[in-house]
Amino acid sequence: MVSYRTPLGRARGLGSAKHGAGHWVSERISSIALVPLVIWAVYGVLRLAAGDYGFAVHWVQQPLNATLLVLTLAISFWHMQSGMRVVVEDYIHKALTKSALLLLNLFVCGLAGALAIFSILKVALGGA
Amino acid sequence: MVELVLPKNSRVTKGKHHPAPAGAKKAKTFRVYRYDPEGNENPRWDTYDVDVEHCGPMVLDALIYIKNEIDPTLSFRRSCREGVCGSCAMNIGGRNTLACTHGWEEVPGKDVQISPLPHMPVIKDLVPDLTQFYAQYASIEPWLHTETPEPQKEWLQSPEDREKLDGLYECILCACCTTSCPSYWWNQDKYLGPATLLQSYRWLIDSRDEATGERLDALEDPFKLYRCHTIMNCAQVCPKGLNPAKAIAEVKKMLVERVV
Repeated sequence: MVSYRTPLGRARGLGSAKHGAGHWVSERISSIALVPLVIWAVYGVLRLAAGDYGFAVHWVQQPLNATLLVLTLAISFWHMQSGMRVVVEDYIHKALTKSALLLLNLFVCGLAGALAIFSILKVALGGA
Repeated sequence: MVELVLPKNSRVTKGKHHPAPAGAKKAKTFRVYRYDPEGNENPRWDTYDVDVEHCGPMVLDALIYIKNEIDPTLSFRRSCREGVCGSCAMNIGGRNTLACTHGWEEVPGKDVQISPLPHMPVIKDLVPDLTQFYAQYASIEPWLHTETPEPQKEWLQSPEDREKLDGLYECILCACCTTSCPSYWWNQDKYLGPATLLQSYRWLIDSRDEATGERLDALEDPFKLYRCHTIMNCAQVCPKGLNPAKAIAEVKKMLVERVV
Protein backbone atom coordinates (compact mmCIF):
# COMPACT_ATOMS: atom_id res chain seq x y z
CA MET A 1 0.00 0.00 0.00
CA VAL A 2 1.32 3.44 -0.90
CA SER A 3 1.31 5.84 2.04
CA TYR A 4 0.40 9.44 1.31
CA ARG A 5 1.23 10.56 4.84
CA THR A 6 3.57 13.55 4.73
CA PRO A 7 7.16 13.11 5.94
CA LEU A 8 6.53 15.61 8.77
CA GLY A 9 3.41 13.73 9.88
CA ARG A 10 5.42 10.51 9.94
CA ALA A 11 8.32 12.10 11.83
CA ARG A 12 5.97 13.54 14.48
CA GLY A 13 4.26 10.16 14.82
CA LEU A 14 2.22 9.84 18.00
CA GLY A 15 4.00 12.82 19.58
CA SER A 16 5.95 12.93 22.80
CA ALA A 17 5.09 10.56 25.65
CA LYS A 18 6.18 13.41 28.00
CA HIS A 19 7.94 10.97 30.28
CA GLY A 20 11.27 9.17 30.24
CA ALA A 21 13.31 11.40 32.53
CA GLY A 22 12.02 9.46 35.56
CA HIS A 23 13.17 6.14 34.12
CA TRP A 24 16.56 7.65 33.22
CA VAL A 25 16.99 9.05 36.76
CA SER A 26 15.90 5.79 38.41
CA GLU A 27 18.47 3.85 36.35
CA ARG A 28 21.21 6.16 37.60
CA ILE A 29 20.06 6.21 41.23
CA SER A 30 19.82 2.40 41.38
CA SER A 31 23.31 2.11 39.81
CA ILE A 32 24.79 4.45 42.41
CA ALA A 33 23.00 2.70 45.27
CA LEU A 34 24.23 -0.69 44.08
CA VAL A 35 27.92 0.30 44.24
CA PRO A 36 28.19 0.29 48.09
CA LEU A 37 25.52 -2.41 48.46
CA VAL A 38 27.31 -4.87 46.18
CA ILE A 39 30.68 -4.22 47.86
CA TRP A 40 28.99 -4.89 51.21
CA ALA A 41 27.27 -8.03 49.84
CA VAL A 42 30.55 -9.47 48.54
CA TYR A 43 32.13 -8.84 51.95
CA GLY A 44 29.11 -10.53 53.61
CA VAL A 45 29.29 -13.60 51.36
CA LEU A 46 33.02 -13.99 52.09
CA ARG A 47 32.29 -13.88 55.83
CA LEU A 48 29.46 -16.41 55.50
CA ALA A 49 31.67 -18.75 53.47
CA ALA A 50 34.11 -18.86 56.37
CA GLY A 51 31.46 -19.80 59.00
CA ASP A 52 28.97 -22.65 59.53
CA TYR A 53 25.14 -22.81 59.08
CA GLY A 54 24.37 -21.45 62.55
CA PHE A 55 26.65 -18.50 61.98
CA ALA A 56 24.93 -17.74 58.66
CA VAL A 57 21.45 -17.79 60.24
CA HIS A 58 22.64 -15.58 63.09
CA TRP A 59 24.22 -13.18 60.58
CA VAL A 60 21.06 -12.86 58.48
CA GLN A 61 19.02 -12.26 61.64
CA GLN A 62 20.99 -9.11 62.51
CA PRO A 63 18.64 -6.16 61.69
CA LEU A 64 21.28 -4.24 59.71
CA ASN A 65 22.31 -7.32 57.67
CA ALA A 66 18.71 -8.31 56.93
CA THR A 67 17.79 -4.76 55.87
CA LEU A 68 20.84 -4.38 53.62
CA LEU A 69 20.20 -7.80 52.06
CA VAL A 70 16.59 -6.87 51.26
CA LEU A 71 17.69 -3.53 49.79
CA THR A 72 20.44 -5.13 47.68
CA LEU A 73 18.05 -7.70 46.23
CA ALA A 74 15.15 -5.30 45.69
CA ILE A 75 17.31 -2.68 43.95
CA SER A 76 19.19 -5.34 41.91
CA PHE A 77 16.00 -6.83 40.51
CA TRP A 78 14.54 -3.39 39.85
CA HIS A 79 17.73 -2.37 38.05
CA MET A 80 17.73 -5.62 36.05
CA GLN A 81 14.13 -5.04 35.00
CA SER A 82 14.92 -1.46 33.89
CA GLY A 83 17.93 -2.57 31.86
CA MET A 84 16.22 -5.51 30.17
CA ARG A 85 13.28 -3.26 29.33
CA VAL A 86 15.58 -0.94 27.37
CA VAL A 87 17.12 -3.88 25.49
CA VAL A 88 13.67 -5.17 24.48
CA GLU A 89 12.54 -1.68 23.41
CA ASP A 90 15.72 -1.24 21.36
CA TYR A 91 15.60 -4.47 19.40
CA ILE A 92 12.04 -5.83 19.30
CA HIS A 93 9.70 -4.01 16.96
CA LYS A 94 6.62 -6.23 16.57
CA ALA A 95 3.99 -4.81 18.94
CA LEU A 96 2.75 -8.16 20.24
CA THR A 97 6.21 -9.73 20.76
CA LYS A 98 7.42 -6.53 22.39
CA SER A 99 4.49 -6.32 24.83
CA ALA A 100 4.79 -10.03 25.67
CA LEU A 101 8.53 -9.75 26.37
CA LEU A 102 8.10 -6.57 28.45
CA LEU A 103 5.45 -8.31 30.56
CA LEU A 104 7.58 -11.45 30.89
CA ASN A 105 10.56 -9.34 31.97
CA LEU A 106 8.48 -7.52 34.58
CA PHE A 107 6.91 -10.72 35.93
CA VAL A 108 10.14 -12.76 36.05
CA CYS A 109 12.08 -9.96 37.78
CA GLY A 110 9.14 -9.31 40.13
CA LEU A 111 8.78 -12.98 41.04
CA ALA A 112 12.51 -13.55 41.52
CA GLY A 113 12.83 -10.40 43.62
CA ALA A 114 9.77 -11.20 45.75
CA LEU A 115 10.98 -14.78 46.35
CA ALA A 116 14.45 -13.60 47.33
CA ILE A 117 13.11 -10.97 49.75
CA PHE A 118 10.59 -13.39 51.26
CA SER A 119 13.39 -15.91 51.84
CA ILE A 120 15.53 -13.33 53.66
CA LEU A 121 12.57 -12.29 55.82
CA LYS A 122 11.74 -15.90 56.63
CA VAL A 123 15.24 -16.53 57.96
CA ALA A 124 15.48 -13.12 59.65
CA LEU A 125 12.10 -13.25 61.39
CA GLY A 126 11.33 -16.93 61.77
CA GLY A 127 14.61 -18.42 62.84
CA ALA A 128 15.61 -21.64 61.15
CA MET B 1 13.27 -7.76 15.13
CA VAL B 2 16.57 -6.26 14.24
CA GLU B 3 17.67 -7.36 10.78
CA LEU B 4 21.09 -8.90 11.07
CA VAL B 5 21.42 -9.81 7.39
CA LEU B 6 20.38 -7.89 4.33
CA PRO B 7 17.15 -8.93 2.60
CA LYS B 8 17.70 -11.11 -0.51
CA ASN B 9 17.24 -8.30 -3.02
CA SER B 10 19.69 -6.05 -1.16
CA ARG B 11 22.66 -8.45 -1.00
CA VAL B 12 25.59 -6.85 -2.75
CA THR B 13 27.06 -8.85 -5.62
CA LYS B 14 30.38 -8.61 -7.45
CA GLY B 15 30.19 -5.97 -10.17
CA LYS B 16 32.21 -4.74 -13.12
CA HIS B 17 35.91 -3.99 -13.08
CA HIS B 18 37.17 -0.89 -14.88
CA PRO B 19 40.95 -1.14 -15.39
CA ALA B 20 43.22 1.91 -15.43
CA PRO B 21 43.90 3.45 -18.87
CA ALA B 22 47.03 2.16 -20.61
CA GLY B 23 50.06 4.18 -19.58
CA ALA B 24 48.76 5.08 -16.09
CA LYS B 25 51.79 5.20 -13.78
CA LYS B 26 50.11 5.04 -10.39
CA ALA B 27 46.66 3.45 -10.01
CA LYS B 28 44.47 3.21 -6.92
CA THR B 29 41.46 0.90 -6.76
CA PHE B 30 38.09 2.27 -5.63
CA ARG B 31 35.32 -0.21 -4.74
CA VAL B 32 32.03 1.62 -5.19
CA TYR B 33 28.51 0.51 -4.23
CA ARG B 34 26.23 0.60 -7.25
CA TYR B 35 22.45 0.30 -7.31
CA ASP B 36 20.16 1.05 -10.20
CA PRO B 37 16.51 1.45 -9.13
CA GLU B 38 15.30 0.97 -12.72
CA GLY B 39 16.69 -2.53 -13.11
CA ASN B 40 15.72 -5.64 -11.18
CA GLU B 41 19.28 -6.49 -10.25
CA ASN B 42 20.81 -6.59 -6.78
CA PRO B 43 23.27 -3.85 -5.80
CA ARG B 44 26.88 -4.58 -6.76
CA TRP B 45 30.44 -3.54 -5.99
CA ASP B 46 32.07 -1.98 -9.07
CA THR B 47 35.82 -1.51 -8.97
CA TYR B 48 37.60 1.36 -10.69
CA ASP B 49 41.36 1.65 -11.09
CA VAL B 50 41.90 5.40 -10.97
CA ASP B 51 44.97 7.03 -12.50
CA VAL B 52 45.70 9.05 -9.36
CA GLU B 53 48.40 11.14 -11.04
CA HIS B 54 45.57 12.87 -12.92
CA CYS B 55 43.18 13.23 -10.01
CA GLY B 56 42.97 15.50 -6.95
CA PRO B 57 43.74 14.40 -3.40
CA MET B 58 40.21 13.97 -2.03
CA VAL B 59 37.81 11.05 -2.36
CA LEU B 60 35.38 13.43 -4.09
CA ASP B 61 38.08 14.23 -6.68
CA ALA B 62 38.36 10.50 -7.39
CA LEU B 63 34.57 10.14 -7.72
CA ILE B 64 34.41 13.10 -10.11
CA TYR B 65 37.32 11.58 -12.07
CA ILE B 66 35.43 8.26 -12.29
CA LYS B 67 32.24 9.98 -13.46
CA ASN B 68 34.04 12.17 -16.02
CA GLU B 69 36.62 9.74 -17.36
CA ILE B 70 35.47 6.17 -16.71
CA ASP B 71 31.77 5.70 -15.97
CA PRO B 72 29.22 8.52 -16.41
CA THR B 73 26.43 6.35 -14.95
CA LEU B 74 27.75 6.74 -11.39
CA SER B 75 25.48 8.92 -9.19
CA PHE B 76 26.47 10.85 -6.08
CA ARG B 77 25.58 14.17 -4.47
CA ARG B 78 28.11 16.98 -4.28
CA SER B 79 28.08 20.74 -4.28
CA CYS B 80 30.51 22.97 -2.40
CA ARG B 81 33.55 20.62 -2.40
CA GLU B 82 34.82 22.27 0.81
CA GLY B 83 32.95 20.73 3.74
CA VAL B 84 30.25 23.39 4.02
CA CYS B 85 27.18 21.97 2.31
CA GLY B 86 27.18 18.39 3.59
CA SER B 87 25.94 16.95 0.29
CA CYS B 88 28.73 14.41 -0.28
CA ALA B 89 28.35 12.55 3.04
CA MET B 90 28.98 8.85 2.42
CA ASN B 91 30.63 5.82 4.00
CA ILE B 92 34.30 5.75 3.04
CA GLY B 93 36.52 2.92 4.23
CA GLY B 94 33.84 1.91 6.74
CA ARG B 95 33.45 5.38 8.22
CA ASN B 96 30.85 8.06 7.52
CA THR B 97 32.46 11.27 6.38
CA LEU B 98 32.44 13.94 3.67
CA ALA B 99 34.06 12.82 0.42
CA CYS B 100 35.26 16.38 -0.25
CA THR B 101 37.33 16.78 2.92
CA HIS B 102 38.61 13.20 3.20
CA GLY B 103 41.81 12.37 1.30
CA TRP B 104 41.89 8.96 -0.43
CA GLU B 105 45.41 8.45 0.92
CA GLU B 106 44.00 8.74 4.48
CA VAL B 107 41.81 5.64 3.96
CA PRO B 108 43.49 2.63 5.59
CA GLY B 109 43.88 -0.56 3.54
CA LYS B 110 44.79 -1.18 -0.09
CA ASP B 111 41.51 -0.26 -1.78
CA VAL B 112 39.12 2.57 -1.01
CA GLN B 113 35.61 1.25 -0.39
CA ILE B 114 32.73 3.69 -0.83
CA SER B 115 29.07 3.04 -0.02
CA PRO B 116 26.07 5.26 0.74
CA LEU B 117 25.29 6.38 4.32
CA PRO B 118 24.32 3.21 6.19
CA HIS B 119 20.83 1.97 6.97
CA MET B 120 18.99 4.48 4.80
CA PRO B 121 16.90 3.70 1.71
CA VAL B 122 19.08 4.07 -1.39
CA ILE B 123 17.75 6.13 -4.31
CA LYS B 124 20.65 5.32 -6.64
CA ASP B 125 24.32 4.37 -6.14
CA LEU B 126 25.71 6.69 -3.43
CA VAL B 127 22.53 8.75 -3.07
CA PRO B 128 20.52 7.93 0.08
CA ASP B 129 16.93 8.99 0.74
CA LEU B 130 17.13 11.55 3.58
CA THR B 131 13.41 12.47 3.64
CA GLN B 132 12.87 11.12 7.17
CA PHE B 133 16.07 12.81 8.41
CA TYR B 134 14.96 16.23 7.16
CA ALA B 135 11.39 15.72 8.42
CA GLN B 136 12.74 14.90 11.89
CA TYR B 137 14.78 18.09 11.76
CA ALA B 138 11.65 20.06 10.77
CA SER B 139 9.70 18.41 13.62
CA ILE B 140 11.79 20.17 16.28
CA GLU B 141 10.84 23.57 14.79
CA PRO B 142 14.39 24.84 14.32
CA TRP B 143 13.68 28.55 14.48
CA LEU B 144 13.37 31.20 17.22
CA HIS B 145 10.12 30.95 19.21
CA THR B 146 9.08 34.12 21.03
CA GLU B 147 5.95 35.68 22.50
CA THR B 148 7.40 39.01 23.61
CA PRO B 149 6.67 41.58 20.87
CA GLU B 150 9.59 41.87 18.50
CA PRO B 151 12.08 44.60 19.39
CA GLN B 152 12.60 47.57 17.05
CA LYS B 153 15.97 46.21 16.02
CA GLU B 154 17.47 42.78 16.68
CA TRP B 155 16.98 40.42 19.65
CA LEU B 156 19.97 41.13 21.87
CA GLN B 157 22.31 38.46 23.19
CA SER B 158 25.38 38.83 25.41
CA PRO B 159 28.72 37.58 24.06
CA GLU B 160 28.67 34.89 26.82
CA ASP B 161 25.24 33.65 25.72
CA ARG B 162 26.33 33.70 22.08
CA GLU B 163 29.32 31.53 23.00
CA LYS B 164 26.95 28.80 24.19
CA LEU B 165 26.00 28.23 20.54
CA ASP B 166 29.58 27.44 19.55
CA GLY B 167 30.01 23.78 18.72
CA LEU B 168 26.31 23.63 17.77
CA TYR B 169 25.68 26.22 15.04
CA GLU B 170 28.46 24.73 12.88
CA CYS B 171 26.38 21.58 12.17
CA ILE B 172 25.78 21.27 8.41
CA LEU B 173 23.17 18.47 8.65
CA CYS B 174 25.21 16.07 6.53
CA ALA B 175 23.70 13.08 8.44
CA CYS B 176 27.09 11.41 9.03
CA CYS B 177 26.40 11.19 12.79
CA THR B 178 22.77 10.14 12.62
CA THR B 179 23.39 7.33 10.12
CA SER B 180 26.38 6.04 12.12
CA CYS B 181 24.24 5.57 15.24
CA PRO B 182 23.07 1.98 15.95
CA SER B 183 20.14 3.32 17.96
CA TYR B 184 19.06 5.22 14.83
CA TRP B 185 19.53 2.11 12.66
CA TRP B 186 17.12 0.08 14.81
CA ASN B 187 14.57 2.79 15.70
CA GLN B 188 14.75 5.54 13.09
CA ASP B 189 10.98 5.72 12.86
CA LYS B 190 10.86 7.12 16.40
CA TYR B 191 14.34 8.08 17.60
CA LEU B 192 15.31 11.58 16.43
CA GLY B 193 19.02 10.79 16.07
CA PRO B 194 22.12 12.78 17.03
CA ALA B 195 21.98 15.55 14.39
CA THR B 196 18.38 16.52 15.17
CA LEU B 197 19.02 16.30 18.92
CA LEU B 198 22.13 18.51 18.62
CA GLN B 199 19.97 21.02 16.75
CA SER B 200 17.30 20.75 19.47
CA TYR B 201 19.91 21.69 22.06
CA ARG B 202 21.03 24.58 19.86
CA TRP B 203 17.53 26.10 20.34
CA LEU B 204 17.16 25.00 23.97
CA ILE B 205 20.32 26.85 24.97
CA ASP B 206 19.60 29.97 22.88
CA SER B 207 19.11 32.82 25.38
CA ARG B 208 16.63 34.53 23.02
CA ASP B 209 14.24 31.59 22.73
CA GLU B 210 11.09 31.62 24.90
CA ALA B 211 9.85 28.06 24.26
CA THR B 212 12.43 26.08 26.26
CA GLY B 213 9.75 24.30 28.31
CA GLU B 214 7.67 23.32 25.27
CA ARG B 215 10.80 22.14 23.47
CA LEU B 216 11.74 19.96 26.46
CA ASP B 217 8.17 18.61 26.64
CA ALA B 218 8.40 17.58 23.00
CA LEU B 219 11.72 15.80 23.55
CA GLU B 220 10.94 13.97 26.80
CA ASP B 221 10.06 10.63 25.30
CA PRO B 222 11.50 7.12 25.73
CA PHE B 223 12.14 6.96 21.97
CA LYS B 224 12.61 10.48 20.59
CA LEU B 225 15.46 11.24 23.04
CA TYR B 226 16.17 8.34 25.39
CA ARG B 227 17.17 5.82 22.70
CA CYS B 228 20.58 7.54 22.95
CA HIS B 229 22.73 5.14 24.96
CA THR B 230 25.93 7.23 24.59
CA ILE B 231 27.42 4.88 22.01
CA MET B 232 29.46 7.90 20.81
CA ASN B 233 29.73 6.98 17.10
CA CYS B 234 28.26 10.42 16.38
CA ALA B 235 31.16 12.25 18.02
CA GLN B 236 33.67 9.89 16.36
CA VAL B 237 32.52 10.53 12.81
CA CYS B 238 31.38 14.19 12.76
CA PRO B 239 33.38 15.71 9.88
CA LYS B 240 33.06 19.14 11.53
CA GLY B 241 34.53 17.86 14.82
CA LEU B 242 31.33 18.50 16.80
CA ASN B 243 30.08 16.40 19.71
CA PRO B 244 26.38 15.54 19.36
CA ALA B 245 26.64 13.06 22.28
CA LYS B 246 27.58 15.92 24.61
CA ALA B 247 24.66 18.03 23.35
CA ILE B 248 22.29 15.11 24.01
CA ALA B 249 23.75 14.69 27.52
CA GLU B 250 23.04 18.41 28.12
CA VAL B 251 19.41 17.93 27.04
CA LYS B 252 19.09 15.01 29.49
CA LYS B 253 20.61 17.22 32.21
CA MET B 254 18.05 19.97 31.51
CA LEU B 255 15.23 17.42 31.88
CA VAL B 256 16.63 16.33 35.25
CA GLU B 257 17.05 19.95 36.32
CA ARG B 258 13.32 20.42 35.75
CA VAL B 259 12.36 17.75 38.27
CA VAL B 260 15.14 17.85 40.88
